[in-house]
Amino acid sequence: MNHRMIIRSLGLLLLIEAACMLPALIVSLIYGGGLGSPGGLGDGVAGLGSPDGLGGVGGLGGGEGDAPAFVLSILALAAVGGAMARVRPKTTNIYAKDGFAIVGFGWLLMSVLGAAPFLLSGAVPSPVDAVFESISGFSTTGASIIKNVEALPHGILFWRSFAHWIGGLGFLLLMLAILPTARANTVHIMKAESPGPAPEKFVPQIRRVAKILYGIYVALTFAEVIFLLCGGVPLFDALIHAFGTTSTGGFSNKNFSIGSFHSVYVENVVMAFMLLCGVNFTLYHALLRRNFSAFLHDEEFRFYALAILTASFLIAFNTFGQAFASFGEALRHGFFQVIAQITTTAYATADFSKWPTFSKCVMLFLMLCGASASSTGGGLKCVRVILLVKIARREVERLIHPRSVRAVKLNGKAVEEETLSGVVVFFFLYVATIVVATLLVSAEGRDIVSTWTAVLASISNNGTGLGMVSNMGSFADFSVASKIVLLVCMFVGRLEIYPVLLLSMPTFWRRVNI
Amino acid sequence: MKIIIIGDGKVGNNLAENLTKDAGNDITIIDKNAETLRDTIENLDVRCIRGNGVSTGILLEAGVRGVNLLIAATSSDEMNMVCCLTAKKLGAERTIARIRDPEYADELSQLKEDLGLDLVINPEQAVAGEIVKLLEFPSAAHVEIFAKGRVEMVEIRVTGAMSILNMSIREIANKVSSSILIGAIQRADSQVLIPNGDARIREGDVIYLVGLPSNVFRFCTKIGMHIQKIKNVMIVGGGRIAYYLAKYLDEIDIRSKIIEIDHARCVALSELLPDSLVIHGDGSDDKVLYSENLRDMDSFISVTGIDEENLMTALLAKRCGVPKVVAKINRTGYTEVINDMGIDNLVRPKEITANYILRYVRGLENAMGNPVDTLYPIIGGQAEVIEFTARATSKLLDIPLKKLRLVEGVLVAVVVRKNDAIIPHGNDAIRLNDNVILITKGLALADLDDILDETPT
Repeated sequence: MNHRMIIRSLGLLLLIEAACMLPALIVSLIYGGGLGSPGGLGDGVAGLGSPDGLGGVGGLGGGEGDAPAFVLSILALAAVGGAMARVRPKTTNIYAKDGFAIVGFGWLLMSVLGAAPFLLSGAVPSPVDAVFESISGFSTTGASIIKNVEALPHGILFWRSFAHWIGGLGFLLLMLAILPTARANTVHIMKAESPGPAPEKFVPQIRRVAKILYGIYVALTFAEVIFLLCGGVPLFDALIHAFGTTSTGGFSNKNFSIGSFHSVYVENVVMAFMLLCGVNFTLYHALLRRNFSAFLHDEEFRFYALAILTASFLIAFNTFGQAFASFGEALRHGFFQVIAQITTTAYATADFSKWPTFSKCVMLFLMLCGASASSTGGGLKCVRVILLVKIARREVERLIHPRSVRAVKLNGKAVEEETLSGVVVFFFLYVATIVVATLLVSAEGRDIVSTWTAVLASISNNGTGLGMVSNMGSFADFSVASKIVLLVCMFVGRLEIYPVLLLSMPTFWRRVNI
Repeated sequence: MKIIIIGDGKVGNNLAENLTKDAGNDITIIDKNAETLRDTIENLDVRCIRGNGVSTGILLEAGVRGVNLLIAATSSDEMNMVCCLTAKKLGAERTIARIRDPEYADELSQLKEDLGLDLVINPEQAVAGEIVKLLEFPSAAHVEIFAKGRVEMVEIRVTGAMSILNMSIREIANKVSSSILIGAIQRADSQVLIPNGDARIREGDVIYLVGLPSNVFRFCTKIGMHIQKIKNVMIVGGGRIAYYLAKYLDEIDIRSKIIEIDHARCVALSELLPDSLVIHGDGSDDKVLYSENLRDMDSFISVTGIDEENLMTALLAKRCGVPKVVAKINRTGYTEVINDMGIDNLVRPKEITANYILRYVRGLENAMGNPVDTLYPIIGGQAEVIEFTARATSKLLDIPLKKLRLVEGVLVAVVVRKNDAIIPHGNDAIRLNDNVILITKGLALADLDDILDETPT
């Protein structure tokens, strides 16, 4: 393994993370985080006492006190990252294995160090909780251990949501986009980080691929901020929710999520952007190339759209008369929740844990299915579900015609057998992870619904389950051991198992591995 | 540049690898074989598309519309031709095809025109050309080729013994030979000048001769340059390379003896090459080689299809004291081991093919944004070779060159008319659609007409 190259890449990542904390620091300073508590550490707890909303502005007397935590984190990250980035690799060649190591380690390091501001500012006193919150942010899960988010300092709120945004498309992709060193073999990094069975390189140079994807991402985020501002949402709230939506993460600075705006306009804007960000980003590239039919011909998109429509109407019929008085309202909330669920954003306008069992089940399976490949969404990904169905159909056909030969096709093209077996193995590992994690969490002795949905919500990067972890609940009451299991699940879900699995293999670390 | 390469074989891969070194190139590779593509995408920063390069759908997916260059390097000539034809129709700016069957070789210029090909590469022919260069000037320092190999430029250091010493260019043309041209002179103080008729050759100059390969050679012997002349060559393996090689060698009066194991092929070769001696025998059998007096040969060339045989026979020839031994190697690996074997020259067909195309692409790259067809530096960047196509609007059409007043520092080196390369003289004129190859120094030419000196006299 090319250790030097890995260390260097990780160093660059840390520098990027340090740079990413700057906006949070600025926000913190604007809201008076620097005033009133020059001592820094621990004093930030005072911030918890400050009133919600814009209470911190001006920093009269108390202030929020989270700025020193950011300054300290940035300095530490920059120092360590700078030192690591100075390592000169003997050769820049990296192979698939190194790509996995960079992605797995990079995410681990970023997430753990990203927890520093939470801990240092005192907003989250326990280290495990801080790491949980940070991984939940970067993996765009949106599961929180904080019961009253409205009490958090603005800088911390911003950092939580900005972590979503960076993690949404992936920060290694960000590294590829902004660093000129992106060369041929970095394709391994992209492959290891991008969601979906076989990420497509739609333009020849990997750096351009990364730039185009980020371009689309930034444009979507920017557009949502503008739309939200037009709806009268304050800039800070607009940013937080735009980050939460486009990354399909789901962190909010309101205890009642989107519902707290009491605005159909805001709901619709958020819904539209969740929908858009659950679509395979390469389709937007096709759109930019004036290939308008790409959307309609894409099997995954059709599946995604069909799933949303069907599920929304089923839920509307089911909840109409029970949870909602009018069909129109049932449909409105149905659509919003379904989209929030399938894209694994899990913003809420209604509490679906109070819905009938049928609707709850539909919601859980939507969460398992997830959004499209190469989107910012989580879950299994629609394309894998499609392929699994097709593989199953082929196997059944083989029972009838044992000698039949049939290529599984997607979008009119034969899918390689290797990709197919990869999908099957992925599905097995996914289910196996859920089983193991559920068993581990169940040792805590909570009810089966909370236990199972908490695991499901973590691995699908959704963040909302049923029972204790429903819309209005939080993960705060789980034991430390369970929290660690769940944060590993989030990690596994975001990186799609393999990087995490490989890192835990002893042979992976041996110099000579046979 | 946006480049599409069809065929991810050794040539395609080598090309892609070299072209990706330039950050400005966007390369897409099309191949039917998913496995080779997987290897490629893991090693190179390119986009790979699995499919048939002839298909319009695949070409469109690869973004053929407005692509700067399409290179068809699959193993099939016909496929390459159709790829290029389709691509051109779909809007590719330039196309290059690998066409190797000697049956097409004769109709190449017609094919090129009909299919709109910008460059055709015949690997075997290119390899043969490369070997000829090695045999022809065992001592020449550097050889450049123009007009797709039909014209070459050879670098020669002028010594006191040469008859051209102190002659002007005009005198050389009159007294020695008019079939070659002195394209550039590098003086002893390493200054480069593009000579006109009055420039004189001095001792210590390095002159750059431009001409057809055979003429350049004759010129060299005429002026008394000491060239260790190779007269007898033994070729083992009677494939296409041997055929082209024997043909070229015959043009420069080198006798060749071809040893081929297949009788039918021997008969065919003897019909194609009346001036070569064709021996039916196993070239890898040392007894056959000895009995064909290997020891007395000036050069030994092994070009069978099997690397191991080529190397073994070459080693034997070296042991027998043959002065110039050349072996063909197909495989790309094991370079260090093979280089250490002490064989004088090794030729690698895929590498030669790729380099040949690369040269053209580099020329194109340099020419981008310029109105020229190709542009590349020579003599360590001290002069340039520029290629223009003579358009109908040009003012110098059909006027004999001697009547044109040209600016300083430019030389019309070669005029390529369809399949002929002409070394122009005063009476030759540039005609419509000729490719004009100029050697210039320090001139920014934007148009062919810029070489005219239009300041009033």
